[in-house]
Amino acid sequence: MNLASQNLVNKQSTMPSSSSASRNSTTGGDNNVPDQFPAGLRVLVVDDDPTCLMILEKMLRNCKYEVTKCNRAVVALSLLRENKNGFDVVISDVHMPDMDGFKLLVHIGLEMDLPVIMMSADDSKSVVMKGVTHGACDYLIKPVRIEALRNIWQHVVRKKKREWKDVDTSASLDDVDRKEKEREDPDYSSSANEGHNWKNVKRRKDDEDEGEGEGEEREDSSSLKKPRVVWCVELHQQFVAAVNQLGIDKAVPKKILDLMNVPGITRENVASHLQKFRLYLRRLNGSHQSGGSNPSFLSHPDAGYGSMSTLSDLDLQALAASGQLGQLGQLGQLPAQSLATLQAAALGRSGNPKTPFSVPVNDQRNIFSFENPQPRYGQVQNRQGHNSNITKPINLLHGIPTTMEPKQLVGMIPMTGQSQSQSQSQTQTQTQSQSQSQSQIYNHVLRPPVLTGSVVSPGNHVTELTGNRFPVRGNLGIPSYGGNQNRPQNWGLQGADLTFDRSLHTNNMQGGLNVLQHDYGSGQKIGGSKVIFSTGEGSGTQFADNHLRVKAENVNYKSACQPFCPDEYSQDDLLTAIFSQQQQQEGIGEAESELGLDWYSLDNLPV
Amino acid sequence: MHRLVANTRKSFFDQGYLDEQFVQLEELQDNSNPNFVEEVVTLFYRDSARLLYNLDQALEKRPLDFNKLDSLMHQFKGSCSSIGAKKVKIECTNFKAYCNARNAEGCKRTFHHAKREYTTLKKKLESYFQMLRQVGPTEMACRPR
Repeated sequence: MNLASQNLVNKQSTMPSSSSASRNSTTGGDNNVPDQFPAGLRVLVVDDDPTCLMILEKMLRNCKYEVTKCNRAVVALSLLRENKNGFDVVISDVHMPDMDGFKLLVHIGLEMDLPVIMMSADDSKSVVMKGVTHGACDYLIKPVRIEALRNIWQHVVRKKKREWKDVDTSASLDDVDRKEKEREDPDYSSSANEGHNWKNVKRRKDDEDEGEGEGEEREDSSSLKKPRVVWCVELHQQFVAAVNQLGIDKAVPKKILDLMNVPGITRENVASHLQKFRLYLRRLNGSHQSGGSNPSFLSHPDAGYGSMSTLSDLDLQALAASGQLGQLGQLGQLPAQSLATLQAAALGRSGNPKTPFSVPVNDQRNIFSFENPQPRYGQVQNRQGHNSNITKPINLLHGIPTTMEPKQLVGMIPMTGQSQSQSQSQTQTQTQSQSQSQSQIYNHVLRPPVLTGSVVSPGNHVTELTGNRFPVRGNLGIPSYGGNQNRPQNWGLQGADLTFDRSLHTNNMQGGLNVLQHDYGSGQKIGGSKVIFSTGEGSGTQFADNHLRVKAENVNYKSACQPFCPDEYSQDDLLTAIFSQQQQQEGIGEAESELGLDWYSLDNLPV
Repeated sequence: MHRLVANTRKSFFDQGYLDEQFVQLEELQDNSNPNFVEEVVTLFYRDSARLLYNLDQALEKRPLDFNKLDSLMHQFKGSCSSIGAKKVKIECTNFKAYCNARNAEGCKRTFHHAKREYTTLKKKLESYFQMLRQVGPTEMACRPR
């Protein structure tokens, strides 16, 4: 395992560095460490309570781990981003003032793929379950005892084994076979892979004791020693774009890899990342579907979780944008990159406590098939409640029958609205298109469930997309500024230069621009979001040729929708990131953390 | 003196002021951190003063925001548990129960108890640490349980 092997040597003052040299022949392996392992494990501890932090640090030091303390989640994220491969495991508190621990967990899982251990004084089943569904590899109850910390290295080992397994698998298995396996129900694909890679894993396990013998094997195989691939924001964006382009159901690692066209990563890397992504999406989706509550948009930011923050507006935008992008992609317009950028942008917004919208990224066709919008929305309607907040966002795709795995959603924001529009909207008048699309986008973005024409619950109202088309009839709050619909070029101009301020979480569409104004709570300013909600009357989304517009709308929408998905922050972040990037790509103007889209420029996007 | 120190320490556990977590802290103390326990306790009292202040403020509001109270108390309770402040922690738990029941009187009452236990423990620990300093660090090493 390459557990910071290099660092281990340096950091461990008490560890003799040469003892294990004989074992490890691999260069990068834990040459000096196998004997000392898990000593030197690099742990990042995040907790706003200084007393706990001090105690944990001492405990971990006593376990011979290398500890870095952090009392703010945002700082922790930036530390992780700046030091890719600088940490082996993260321990985080659940209740933190600046960002919900689960949100941080998801971010880390997606961006850095590190094992994350959650801890809290709260031992209620629901919270522990939440940890599980968000991907925590363990959950410790405070007060934490040192014994509980001694074994955290197992999570690191386990994860590494999986990675190696993927690598080895790809090398030894026929691609076709693998693909077939992957094509199976996505939910099972990973297990299928794992199942038949078991022997590899086992072999690896046996080798483990010998100090990374498998590393050597791996070296022989095509995959290389496989230094850990860090899924940085850009890379993830590309990944998401590729998946989106292929359609979540059809996204197989080989194709994704080809689409991404990034040198230095292997099919295995993509496969394992895809697996995680799917699990994530599924998680996000699961609650949504089960709870039927509005996952994110409308969901009250605090619903259910005191600390849950709603999706940052940027996240929403990113989501929306990505959703849009997806749509656009479908239309053949949006380059995968745009989506990827949005995704990246979304990811980049680590600060958003908001839950991301998990927009399932199903095959675009599916998503947009508004043939049955209701089911989704129906459920969504409830969202008002807490339910959605929690975890499963997604329903951006209204009416999208698919069960998009949450992961897919992230960054892939389905453009539910879009699909609908596509199928039906074509009828939409072009004039409205802009407004419509906007509203539509909002509709879906904001409220996935809303599609059924129902207006989203009062506070959150995510504009519901009436019928499939979403048009937000005004629900969006975007109160037609007057008739919105025919404000074709209302992009952002609608008077509302809404800057979503973070403080506005709710998407209340009260008055028109509400949507835009909603600051999803995370206070992310959507930068220039000129939300254009020209009213939702949208009946058909004119997505067809308004990709960009939609996008723009989404962007704004996103911000508006922030609060809705308290739990799905990751998606929001992703979306935001993607969105901002998209903007940049399009030359719209700064994107960095704001989605200041220049709506007009969107028109330049190829349709 | 050693006997006094040992007995004082034992009384903390016998009387329920401290629990097993405190022992964990003691076990963490070593040559590289010879005053670890005292440092942690000091940090706790300093940081928790802020939490208590917030709770006081929140309890003054009308109407009471129980969710916020619960959240604040959760933080305070977590801190207390990390140093093993058993009695204080029990009062925190009671407080949270009253919070869930939206019982304002109960909340205020238990908060009052919690503060009292908190202050009592603080005094006891302060004198205990003073004693420890007098007997010297070696005493800590062979502390009986």
